[in-house]
Amino acid sequence: MGKPQDIELEQAVVRFSGDSGDGMQLTGSLFSNISAVLGNEISTYPDFPSEIRAPQGELGGVSSFQVHVGGKIHTPGDQADILVAMNPAALKINVNAVKKHGAIIYDVDLFEKKDLEKAAFSTDNPFSELNISDTIQLIPLQLTTLTKESLKDSGLDNKTILRSKNMFALGLVCWLFNRPMEQAIHFLETKFKKKQSALAINIKVLTDGYNYGNNLHLTLSRFIIEKSHDVQKGRYTSISGNTAAAYGLIAAAEKAGLPLFLGSYPITPATDIMQELAARKDVGAKVVQAEDEIAGITTAIGAAFAGSLAATNTSGPGLALKSEAIGLAVMAELPLVIIDVQRSGPSTGMPTKTEQTDLLQALYGRNGESPVVVIAASTPANCFHYVYMASKIALEHSTPVIVLTDAFIGNGNSLWKLPKLAELPEIQPNFVKPEMQACKVTARNEVTKARYWSFPGMEGFVHRNGGLEKDYDKGAISTEARNHEKMVKVRAEKVQYVSNSIPDVNIVGDKNADLLVIGWGSTEGHLTSAVEELNKQGKKTALAQFTYISPLPKNAAELIRSYKKVVVCELNTGQFATYLRSQVQGVEFLQYNKIQGQPFTVAELVENVSTLC
Amino acid sequence: MEEIKQYSAKDFKSDQYVRWCPGCGDHALVNVLQKSMAEIGIAPHETAVISGIGCSSRLPYYMNTYGFHTIHGRGAAVATGVKVANPNLTVWQITGDGDCLAIGGNHFIHSVRRNVDLNVLLFNNQIYGLTKGQYSPTSKKGLVTKSSPFGTVERPFRPAELTFGARGTFFARTLDVDLQTAQTVLTAAAQHKGTSVVECLVNCVIFNDGAHGWLADKANRADRSIVLEHGKPMIFGSNKDKGLVLEGFNLKVVSIGEHGVKESDILIHDATCEDATLHQKLAMMEGPDMPIAMGVIRQVAAETYDAAVENQIKEIQAQTSIKNFDDLVDSLEQWEI
Repeated sequence: MGKPQDIELEQAVVRFSGDSGDGMQLTGSLFSNISAVLGNEISTYPDFPSEIRAPQGELGGVSSFQVHVGGKIHTPGDQADILVAMNPAALKINVNAVKKHGAIIYDVDLFEKKDLEKAAFSTDNPFSELNISDTIQLIPLQLTTLTKESLKDSGLDNKTILRSKNMFALGLVCWLFNRPMEQAIHFLETKFKKKQSALAINIKVLTDGYNYGNNLHLTLSRFIIEKSHDVQKGRYTSISGNTAAAYGLIAAAEKAGLPLFLGSYPITPATDIMQELAARKDVGAKVVQAEDEIAGITTAIGAAFAGSLAATNTSGPGLALKSEAIGLAVMAELPLVIIDVQRSGPSTGMPTKTEQTDLLQALYGRNGESPVVVIAASTPANCFHYVYMASKIALEHSTPVIVLTDAFIGNGNSLWKLPKLAELPEIQPNFVKPEMQACKVTARNEVTKARYWSFPGMEGFVHRNGGLEKDYDKGAISTEARNHEKMVKVRAEKVQYVSNSIPDVNIVGDKNADLLVIGWGSTEGHLTSAVEELNKQGKKTALAQFTYISPLPKNAAELIRSYKKVVVCELNTGQFATYLRSQVQGVEFLQYNKIQGQPFTVAELVENVSTLC
Repeated sequence: MEEIKQYSAKDFKSDQYVRWCPGCGDHALVNVLQKSMAEIGIAPHETAVISGIGCSSRLPYYMNTYGFHTIHGRGAAVATGVKVANPNLTVWQITGDGDCLAIGGNHFIHSVRRNVDLNVLLFNNQIYGLTKGQYSPTSKKGLVTKSSPFGTVERPFRPAELTFGARGTFFARTLDVDLQTAQTVLTAAAQHKGTSVVECLVNCVIFNDGAHGWLADKANRADRSIVLEHGKPMIFGSNKDKGLVLEGFNLKVVSIGEHGVKESDILIHDATCEDATLHQKLAMMEGPDMPIAMGVIRQVAAETYDAAVENQIKEIQAQTSIKNFDDLVDSLEQWEI
């Protein structure tokens, strides 16, 4: 039998899956970083339970990391070409996540009777029990034995040795996809800079895994993935949405010439933003880990009152707790950035799973007439851009801005073209001007309606702000009937005025189609891929993906009305559709919704949307 | 050298009509606060007065300083944000027993624990006034109010005990009708670095009139209270002939000259003692057997949170070559495509 031929692919999806203690997140992110360095586009999807260490080998503890590498990538991929299953539970949970002609690499050492029982298999043949198609190639690997063999002279205890299994698997997958060892080792060196002993062990096991692949070459094909050609030239890194959001705040504060303040409280899946900023004392970020969600935002409001670019970050339950304080920022007309990394709800819901169910809460979830600007990021990397723009809008229009991301793009990674501060749009906070000495607290730019910002420390501008209604002219507290109505309208006009400076929504796909697919935020990748696929199949489809939600882009209504059929696809029961019905009259908004704690798959979108074409 | 500007109380008074009820204890305290601010000599524009919700939380409107009347219970958190964002400011937090100890209890204990450099005036009238007369977390057990028509069945908080429990570095107590002690205490609070909690016993003439009457009664006040001063013997009484001594673990009132008690037997007040045991004993004294402790009961030095935040940033900045966003981006793992 001859050596199998190498297979050339434009892109490939690899899914690493194991116990939540097996290091699958690290393994997956290393593989995606290595691929990115080689010039591939990447899109990653970490999918893990909220338990830190669930019972070993059981279904509830399975943690997965899927990465899509190659060219023309919009999503982490519906299904994997290669599934690495560290145990039977991982196999069972992920069996439908493998492509028809994909392959499953599994640790055959952990497929004994007791292991199968833990994963609730009733027979001793998990593959037939799961009805795995015979088109899927099964690659048994003695991962446990081989890792022990690799470290037999290390003098380490068994438990430590077994923790390195993920590196053996990574080594093998690197070989399979022709990823050079030097890059992998380089990343490990960075990762274990402060733990030299761990570094040596990981490199040893990784290299043995790679070499094992070399020896297997007699029976296994290797994949060659071309460098991507449609990536703009430049410096890149791989970044998660949460890290990108934190950097967006840092850049905006420096551009505006203001100190940066974050008030925050730990909450899945938003905590990384706080942690990133807490680590950035070098650029002067002040972070208060507050006693609760309410203090997270109210410390930030205090910082905004005192002249900082102030922000808070949270997820759905935390946004609910912050509602009253957001109302205060609306009433006090202070700049404030609120980042909501959405997760499945209601209540505690499914904390590590993604969903787009906070939209109506962001738009309306407050007492009184309480308009704010709402923006949604659509990829991990562009969380940087949208948080930066949210800061710019907040500072220039004296308003709270809510940025919606979610667990999918917050935790997921994509390529980020590294910006220079000088390239970013100017930010000109709406400060009072020296000639306005002794102006009232309600003094505002009569065109934009933005209240002028002065703060303690500025001589000549002492004022009293607060949550009580104020007189439009005098700034003093007021319950005068007509004044209140005027103030309500002014605050709304101010938010609406932002539409003058946001970009039009664009059409992707076939502009001349009859069918318009509408999405918002993080579904952009899946919807783009689905619409590309539909057009490829000859089913004319257009896509409008919204990132500016409130106010809507100025061209939104006209653009939507120009299509015969409109379907709104979102990961909730129809919140954006509900909102659009109130904003764009005379259109029948059809819906396609998914509420499973998971992103769309391209396949299900193509299947369902094509029935409307 | 720039000449230090002298301020008068008037410089801190705003043009707003004061809307508290006639006879409310808050009137006296806002005047004392303005006098204290003039005494301290911090410019109005370097001063921020932050409040939550309640009668006393209206106070910022009457000050010619920066002021922020926020939402119920959150004054401590907003004030923390103000002070951390700009530690050069002098920040006052005005709060009441409901705002501070019920809805805002969490923020209160944490600002005290962190030792944020705030001057907290806790106006304790043992009642909810602005919502028209419900019992508060400091209302005496059994108090009949609109929400406790048969008397409360709750055990009240003692603000001092909470402050010490949260590891507070400063606690003082004053009374709305004792303006001299009030000014001394407010000035001391402002000069203390850290969270200075001043419990201001104020009378609500409408809903809880006379709550502090036993103490406020001018004729007997000297015998029913002791104004503590650091380094001075704990002597009180209209004839300055009563004092406090320790008997076992407890405080006891003695009469100087009786049973061989000499002035030198009387305890000397040490507000700066780290151990809060005696401070707590003093703060918890109640009539009719014991005098109520007024004045600065505890004042110990400790690093403030706002300074610690700044210092840590300075320390890190001194060690790093990353000075700005571009440096940060340059420091990331990256590659050319």
